[in-house]
Amino acid sequence: MNITNYTVEELHDMLVKKEVTAQEVVKAVFARINETEEKIGAFITLTEEEALEQARKVDEEGINPINVLSGIPIGIKDNIITDGTRTTAASKILEDFIPIYDATVTKKIKEATMIPVGKLNMDEFAMGGSTETSYYKKTRNPWNLDKVPGGSSGGSAAAVAAGQIPVSLGTDTGGSIRQPAAFTGIVGMKPTYGRVSRFGLIAFGSSLDQIGPFTRTVKDNALVLNAISGHDANDSMSYEGAVPDFTAGIEAGVKGMKIGVPTEYLNEKGLEVGVKEAVLKAIETFKSLGAIVEEVSLPHSKYGVPAYYIIASSEASSNLQRFDGVRYGYRSTEAKTLEEVFVKSRTEGFGMEVKRRIMLGTFSLSSGFYDAHFKKAGQTRTLIRQDFDNVFKEYDLILGPTTPTTAFGIGEQIDDPIAMYLSDILTVPVNLAGVPAISIPCGFSNDLPVGLQLIGKHFDEQTIYKAAYAFEQATDFHKEKPNL
Amino acid sequence: MAITEEDVKHVAKLAKLEISDKGIAQFTKQMDAIIDMVEQLDELDTENVPVTVHGLRTYNVMREDKAVPGTDRELLFKNVKTEKDGLIKVPAIMENGEAGA
Amino acid sequence: MNFETVIGLEVHVELKTDSKMFSPAPAHFGAEPNTNTNVIDWGYPGVLPVINKGAIEFGMKAALALNCEISTDTKFDRKNYFYPDNPKAYQISQFDQPIGHDGWIEVEVEGKKKKIRIERVHLEEDAGKNTHGTDGYSYVDLNRQGTPLIEIVSEADMRSPEEAYAYLEAIKQIIQYTGVSDVKMEEGSMRCDANISIRPIGQEKFGTKTELKNLNSFNFVRRGLAFEEKRQEKVLLSGGVIQQETRRYDEATGDTLLMRVKEGSSDYRYFPEPDLPNIVIDQKWIDRVKETIPEMPKDRRIRYISELGLPEYDAMVLTATKEMSDFFEGTLANGADAKQASNWLMGEVSAYLNSEKLELHDTQLTTENLAGMINLIADGTISSKIAKKVFRELILKGGDAQGVVEANGWVQLSDPAKLLPIINDILDKNEQSIEDFKNGKDRAVGFLVGQIMKATKGQANPGVVNKLLNDELSKR
Ligand SMILES: [Mg+2]
Ligand SMILES: [Zn+2]
Repeated sequence: MNITNYTVEELHDMLVKKEVTAQEVVKAVFARINETEEKIGAFITLTEEEALEQARKVDEEGINPINVLSGIPIGIKDNIITDGTRTTAASKILEDFIPIYDATVTKKIKEATMIPVGKLNMDEFAMGGSTETSYYKKTRNPWNLDKVPGGSSGGSAAAVAAGQIPVSLGTDTGGSIRQPAAFTGIVGMKPTYGRVSRFGLIAFGSSLDQIGPFTRTVKDNALVLNAISGHDANDSMSYEGAVPDFTAGIEAGVKGMKIGVPTEYLNEKGLEVGVKEAVLKAIETFKSLGAIVEEVSLPHSKYGVPAYYIIASSEASSNLQRFDGVRYGYRSTEAKTLEEVFVKSRTEGFGMEVKRRIMLGTFSLSSGFYDAHFKKAGQTRTLIRQDFDNVFKEYDLILGPTTPTTAFGIGEQIDDPIAMYLSDILTVPVNLAGVPAISIPCGFSNDLPVGLQLIGKHFDEQTIYKAAYAFEQATDFHKEKPNL
Repeated sequence: MAITEEDVKHVAKLAKLEISDKGIAQFTKQMDAIIDMVEQLDELDTENVPVTVHGLRTYNVMREDKAVPGTDRELLFKNVKTEKDGLIKVPAIMENGEAGA
Repeated sequence: MNFETVIGLEVHVELKTDSKMFSPAPAHFGAEPNTNTNVIDWGYPGVLPVINKGAIEFGMKAALALNCEISTDTKFDRKNYFYPDNPKAYQISQFDQPIGHDGWIEVEVEGKKKKIRIERVHLEEDAGKNTHGTDGYSYVDLNRQGTPLIEIVSEADMRSPEEAYAYLEAIKQIIQYTGVSDVKMEEGSMRCDANISIRPIGQEKFGTKTELKNLNSFNFVRRGLAFEEKRQEKVLLSGGVIQQETRRYDEATGDTLLMRVKEGSSDYRYFPEPDLPNIVIDQKWIDRVKETIPEMPKDRRIRYISELGLPEYDAMVLTATKEMSDFFEGTLANGADAKQASNWLMGEVSAYLNSEKLELHDTQLTTENLAGMINLIADGTISSKIAKKVFRELILKGGDAQGVVEANGWVQLSDPAKLLPIINDILDKNEQSIEDFKNGKDRAVGFLVGQIMKATKGQANPGVVNKLLNDELSKR
């Protein structure tokens, strides 16, 4: 069996009809991984034995025809806690860290009897947009092995794009699901802040982080989000409202739907020509499907990146203080005194980009700078949020490119943090506002995939999925596969 | 505003990071560039604009005061490097009053 | 030059909740190290805090009892610092919106009453506990990590170590009345840091202050402050300047020793805790909590004096602890006379508790049996001398007073028919005393009464004995 060919829905059908067993699916996954992993480098840790054992159990119990996810293999980004399975956040500081509990999402996918096959590579502590800051390995873009897969969920995106697995989980603090989805030509959803529990997600920017699914199709994506969403008493910031079935009415179409295209997104200085063309074409497609597409304004967009870097880095500087060499994780063998346990473990355990952000965050919170940095960023955040609220008074969705460019070359931006940060310009406002957004494939530029970003109202993932599904049905981009 | 090497050293100390003398200059340059970018925000008038600090507008989420037993100690110590008699062992703490509730 | 001392205190009080401030692990003491902990207390990667509603309400209760305003919008913040007993390297505390603010309490020093203002009462989590080995290592127990605390910060309103002492006593008493904490300094459920400075009398500006730590009893607070007051005076008089520094009280010598000079103010990089929502408190909630606060010691004292007619001294002693005060009121409710109950509690009962180092609830004494005993004295069933025996029985073994008296045959002998033969028998044997009596020696009567009491094993009613004895003597 060639696992690359199937969506979650198709695999489920085959499993129910007993055309294939869960064990065969898992074996096919590992066959594909063996075949491609050397080129792609998507995984930090593989758990083949456990996966096969899990598949055996699923086969034994039989596939539940109502549970579409039963027996479906899934990869988990390595900043999501998995009980008993090493979880590193791609950092040396957690090289030997074996968690003793499950993240809420891990629990949920296990309850859905999905089969975790391994932990996916990422930028260290999710800080980066290329997966190059991982302590363990570089992940390559399946469409062009000289290009980055994006980040920070680069492993999660590359594994799905390369056909190793049909589904993976990623996390998105400033675009870390949508940007790699765009770079690798797949579907990546960042749900509304609060939709998915963060309990067991190794925190980066606590007020921004969300976990979301990568899939090859929109409907698959909605199916997985169904399974991982919901209120969690362990996350006080998780949404207490009901979770709708995200696949319900997904085929309803976009007729009469009002879609706003922010002037600021289409006129962004660094926007690649091919990206702009693909997005303009997508707009025409939506119009032809009956949507009303109009230009709107998000006037504070350009302040998103600076506000984001202050807020995310400040929160991170505090969140990452627990990595002190005392209770778990790396402890410097050089450390003799307590101060050295702290300083040497952290200095040796963290990579450059992580240190940069810890430093920026610590600086932004330090006395004398708090008002000009952290507070100012928090106020800017309010303005950005109001921008979205204003547009959403009249529009159902906001549409634009996910990223200004297609995937860049490995090593190209790693020494230029500012350039790297600016490439987040179209994704970070979404996190600051807390709204949901998806990236779906909408074409190619220089033979690399282009991502279309659809942004919805708070807790209105349904409208996003509806529009994304309509677009997917009207186009063939999701059927394109990289040559590996 | 330009950040100085002294600022960078002070921040590194707060963050418990060691930056080599050579690294300090480079770090200062990079931090300076980042802070320049960040200070674009200065051109925004934010007087009377409230601060958003949470991802979700919510309040009064609380748990009832009911204890559940602690986690198995052996499990908790699984990742501890040095221990003794159920205690985490660390190099001697200097009592200089640095900590405190 | 004459100086004035300025003191402000920061008091930490551990709240007696069932579970911890932000994790559901037990907030109980005395367990094996690291057994009342979970992944949240350990600051494991990925964990999140959840607010304990009970801790919020205990905090409100304490703040209200300290006459604070309750913040209608309160929130939590992170205070960042590295320490092995602080697993997240930040303590969740409250920075600019504490649960209570602008309170006050009244203290009394040498008969002078004074109001001490309370700047704020905020909620936070406690840290774990370190022990220091002689082997060059320290050892961390996280059982205490996450226990709810309130920090009570006074204004710099105290002007002497004695006022600071009185303030602590008053805080302890008030908090103890609310029932939210054991407030025991020796057990660490109440802790105190002191800020002290001096300034020339008449000067308005505060002098540079030092912070005192390791003040593990009320007496240490008083002594440490007294030492520090003198030390600062000496420094200034010799032309020196006071450094802003943290000093440690040395229990052995009573001195304060330099721990660390403050380089500017420490930079805790406070910022709002993104993982926790704000807590909005409306008047209804405040009222509900208010209803659970018992009458405060000050109000009880006023009532004891004006309604029960007790002396001020009695009122002070009886309200020193809520347990004593409740016991007193329970005894009255069981029909005892107020002054008698007060006398017994302040006298025999307190003496017993002090000598045995016990508290009321450790004994068998109840409000019912104490009141019963007092009533038996009042109606003449037992003498106050016998009562002391009854009391020992009651406090050691319990039971009801009437039963104890009957079982031991301790009923007072008041029947003349039974007493007369005994009296006459004594008189017959003591001719000399009769002689003395007739010669006007009053002492003789005392001797005779003593003999009669002895003969009746103390059970004779002294009043009746006196009257009968006088009658019989006049007959001879
Ligand atoms: Mg304090
Ligand atoms: Zn405190």
